[in-house]
Formats: sequence, C-alpha cells, structure tokens
Amino acid sequence: MVSGGSDSNSHLFLPQSLTTSFQSCLPHNIFLNVWGDGINCWQALSQSDGRWRYSSNNPESSTFAAGIALEALSGVVSLASSEIDQFMIGAVKNDIVKLFDSIEKYDDGTFYFDEKLVNMREQQGPLATTSSVVRGLTAFSSVITESLNLPGDKILGIAKFFLGIGIPGDTKNFFDQVDLLACLENNRVSIPLILSLPSTVISLTKKDSLKVKVNTVLGSHAPPLTVTLVRAFSSSARDNSIIENQELKFDPQDAVYFLDDLPASFDVGEYIFVFKMLVQDSEQQTVYATGTLTQVPIYVTGLIKIENAKIAVLDSDLGSVETQKKLDLAGESTVSVSANHLQKLRLSFQMSTPLGNAFKPHQAFLRLRHETKVEHTFVVGSSGKKFEITLDFLGLVEKFFYLSGRYDIQLTVGDAVMENSLLREIGYVELDLPEPPENASRPPPQPVDPYTRYGPKAEITHIFRAPEKRPPEELSLAFLVLTILPLFGFIIGLLRLGVNLKNFPTSAVPATFAVIFHLGIAAVLLLYVLFWLKLDLFTTLKTLCFLGVFLMVVGHRTLSHLASASAKLKSA
Amino acid sequence: MARSTGKDAQALFHSLRSAYAATPTTLKIIDLYVGFAVFTALIQVVYMAIVGSFPFNSFLSGVLSCVGTAVLAVCLRIQVNKDNKEFKDLPPERAFADFVLCNLVLHLVIMNFLG
Repeated sequence: MVSGGSDSNSHLFLPQSLTTSFQSCLPHNIFLNVWGDGINCWQALSQSDGRWRYSSNNPESSTFAAGIALEALSGVVSLASSEIDQFMIGAVKNDIVKLFDSIEKYDDGTFYFDEKLVNMREQQGPLATTSSVVRGLTAFSSVITESLNLPGDKILGIAKFFLGIGIPGDTKNFFDQVDLLACLENNRVSIPLILSLPSTVISLTKKDSLKVKVNTVLGSHAPPLTVTLVRAFSSSARDNSIIENQELKFDPQDAVYFLDDLPASFDVGEYIFVFKMLVQDSEQQTVYATGTLTQVPIYVTGLIKIENAKIAVLDSDLGSVETQKKLDLAGESTVSVSANHLQKLRLSFQMSTPLGNAFKPHQAFLRLRHETKVEHTFVVGSSGKKFEITLDFLGLVEKFFYLSGRYDIQLTVGDAVMENSLLREIGYVELDLPEPPENASRPPPQPVDPYTRYGPKAEITHIFRAPEKRPPEELSLAFLVLTILPLFGFIIGLLRLGVNLKNFPTSAVPATFAVIFHLGIAAVLLLYVLFWLKLDLFTTLKTLCFLGVFLMVVGHRTLSHLASASAKLKSA
Repeated sequence: MARSTGKDAQALFHSLRSAYAATPTTLKIIDLYVGFAVFTALIQVVYMAIVGSFPFNSFLSGVLSCVGTAVLAVCLRIQVNKDNKEFKDLPPERAFADFVLCNLVLHLVIMNFLG
C-alpha cells in the first residue's frame, strides 16, 4: 500500500495492477484489513455530490480524485471479494450517478468533466479529469455484479468529445485520450458506437453511392445494426426533405452500410443527412450506446453546364451592338475586341445544373489586367440562369486611371459543388481612353520584379575628359634645343673671361678630395635625374641622406683646405 | 634734345662698361651665371606663351629653378664681394658651400615639382 501523508488511514492509493498481483500471490485466508481501510476512506473523504477530497486536511473536493478513488475501490472490492457489503456498493453506485450530474456539455452533443479548484497548485484539465472518472467507472463496473444505470448518451458524448479533439500535443493528454478510449472500447457500462462516413462528397458524374461505417471508438467491428437514413434535406431548404426513412444495405465485405442510388431529384448542392442506428439484437441494445440521431453535412457535386457565352461591345447611347463574339469557355480559344471610352463591354453566359435548375456559384468574377499589371475586378451579376456584366467605360475611365492600351480579360467561375470550375483568360480588349487631366490620380505602383531592382545594372562606361592639346613635337624639340643654348653661351663666356683651374690642389690627398667633391655633386645631380625618371621620393631622400652626408664631409675637407691655402697666401 | 639724351645714354653706357671691366673675375663669372639662368627662364616663358600652360607645374618648376638659382648666385656674389663690409669675416669658401647646398635643395624640390 502506498500512502502519502501523515495519517495513514486517510490516504489510500491502490493501483489496480498492484491489487491484481496481490490477489494472485496471496492465499485467501490471510487477513488484510483492506475492506476496513476502504470503508474508512470512503466515509472520510467522499462527498455528497459524488466527488472526493484529496485528504482530510484539504476541504476542496475534486472530480479527478473521485476517479482515482473509484479505481482504488474497485481494487478493494476485487481483493476483499468475500467481505463485500452490498449496501456500500449501492451507496457508491449512487455516488457515481450523482457525480454524473456535474458533467458539462457542448452544443454538438459532447460531454466532459471539468474541475474548478481554487487551492490546488496544478489544475487537472478536462481531459485528465474525464479520463480519470471513466477509468474509475469502468474499473468499478467490471468488479461488481450488477450494472450501473448510467445514461448511454452521456457515455457516447464523452467518447465523441475525446474523438473530436484530434491528436493532443501534450504526451499526458495523449495518454489520457488513448487510455479513455481503450477503457470505453470494451466496458460493462455501455459501449459507444460511432457512425462515420469515409467520404462526405458524392459526385453525380461518377455516380458515387453513399457509404456509412459504424465502429467502436477504437475501430473494432460493431454488432449487426439497422442504419436508417431518416431525412435528407438541402441546407438551404431545411423543411423540404428529399429522402425519408431509407434503410441502408450492409456490405459484409467492406463492413459498410450503403445506399445505392440517390433518387433522380438530387441536384448538386449542400445537403444534411440525418442517420439513426439501432442494434438488431434487442437484448444487446443496453450494452451499446448508439445515440439518437446523427447529422452529417454532404456535398453533392456535378458538372455545371455553361452555354451561350458571348462578349459584345455596345454603343453607349443607343445600346446597339457594334461587335459581338462567341466565347468557347470550355476550350482554349481567345478573342480580341476593341473599344473606346464611349462604348460598353458586355459579357454574358448561362449556367444550369445537371437537372436543369438555375445555379448561383460562389465566385463569378471578371478581371481586366492592363499591360502595366494594374488590375480591376468586377462581380458578374445573375438573374436566374442568365449571368451578365456590362462595363460602361464612360463611368470607369477614372477608375481605370485613364490607362489606354491592351487589357487582358480573365473570367473566374467557381463553386465547391462545381466539378468544372474555371479560371480562364478569354482574350483581350484594346481600350482607348482619353488623356488624363492634371489632377487625375496615378495608378498604384505595381510590385517591382525583384530581378530588375536587385539584379545587375547597366554597365557604366566612364567618359574621360578630352586630353589637353599638346604642341607639335617638332616645336617642343626646337625649344628644347633653344633652352640648352644658354648653357653653351655660359661656357663660351667663361672661356672668354679666362677661367682657369689654377687653384685646383695639386698634391695628392687634397686633389683626390677635390675630385671626389666634384664627383659627389655630379652624383647628387644624377640622383635628381633618376628621381625624375623613375624613382620615388622616399628612395631619393634615403639615398640623398647618405650622399649628402658624404658630400658634406668631403666638401668641408676640400673647402677648408682651399681656405687655409688662400689664408696662407694672404698672410704670406 | 633727343640727340643730347642719346649722347648722354651712350656716355653712360661707356662709363658703365669701363667700370664693369674693373670687377674681379670671380664676380664676373657669377654675373655670367646669373645672366645664363635668367636667359633660360626667358626662353621657357616664350615657349609657354606659344604653346599654352598645360602642364603648369612643369612650367613653374622650370622657371623657378632658373630664378632660384639666379637668386642664390646673387647671394653668393654679395657674400664673396670683398668690397662688402658686412661679410668681411666670412670666408668665400663657406659662402660657396652654402651656395652649393642651397642649390641642391632647390633642385630636389624642383625635380619633385616637375612631375
């Protein structure tokens, strides 16, 4: 026994599996005060409305706890089968019936249990609560000999609730869902039977037949039933039922109930079919919960006849037809018309159902699209079988933003029950509209093709400025010669003045220094020429540093020698 | 009147010439150098007048090299001239060394600006 809490008499949680294993390994005469503990718990913790408290300290009562308690009690009953007090069993059964008074429901016939606790830290949601109650319920009903009198439609409603939630995202919820369905699959209260249709669309062209399947919640076979189509009526005319009390035949190979031929008066459209099922064996009727009536929406589809389609250009004032062309909406051909702003464009066609009745589709649109991708959409109006739209361009000039040119015409006719819905380019109209006035609104900017905006752009060729006019080469060369001439004039003048190199030092060391001095100056000048021709400033400056320092040293030597020589001459 | 001015001009010219002949040779060399530099500059200006100043930096560097070296030569002449009381104590070799150095710097700048 697992007990959680201070007072071991007040908490009793007995998992079902533990009790069965206890039962199998214990001899019958070993005295366990299981029954006594069970009665004590029931007296201490069960409430008058069928719910149970979690502990004697906690005043809140919970439906989830009731489910766990029922499961535990079923374990108690199965362990202490010799000491069962029938009065207590009856009292527990009454509690269960009272518990079902707190069941909640939705309008579509689904039922569930929910909790509204204030003090609990974790709220158990409706899935966990209902699953716990059903688990306890089915466990308890499997160990007692009498049956629980619970309304079958509530059990069926619980089954429909759990089948209608799809696959829960939470693993705990998924477990609760599958566990509950497994409990209901084969239980002693009542087994719910679910009616479903493999397809709710019947095609008149393919001559489909109506098929219905009846299974248990997990898909096992149902006992033999009589399935009747009580009523079938169009969703737009609910009072007028087309079929009444038609019994469906059973196909044992596919395990489906089917209705072979729909009566000839079935036209395309939306219908509601109402089914009723009854277990054939009257003794088994209490075992299964079949519910009363099940409503299913059915679509009957077919080919809609579109005929007499034509497009015409009319003169505005007189209404006379200028050009009229037939349209082949089923084929691929296109037409072309032209109009100006004084005329009207009229498109008309007729639609009828396979039985020849008038048909109003969900969508009947005419769309005009300009070359610049500006679009205008219009709804095609109808009266009975005739569909017609007239575009008066005189009034539409401003709506069209005064854009003349070629407009592609696109026609859309569609409906859920129409097997040949169409969306077709039927051609184009050359529209001639007047010039826009100054204050006309501009058409809205169309979305730009991203490749034109972000794609490669046109190549830019740089236009260099025209080079300056250079003088003719001969002129330049002539002036070059002219510029050199003064140098020769200088030299000739020097000679005429009688320059001499008398002061040039004759002795060896000073002479070499003097020569090196002159060579140094020549080297620097040569460096400048190289600098102009190809060197950059940095290398020039670097070399100049070395040469300069060298030149300074040599020059100092030479010139000081000369100075001392001339000073000696002066003093002498 | 014109004749007297003409004769006066001629007399002036002659006296100048004779006075100039008395200058020492070194100074005459420097004068000749200055003349050569200025003449080269003039030829460059005439060329620019003919063909336009398109590479203006080249024109400037050419003219300024001539003018700069002429200016430096004039400075040298002043410093070397023995009649100049201010620079009595300056040895002419020192002046010449300055001349060479300044010319080298000038020509470096000129070469850079030549383009």
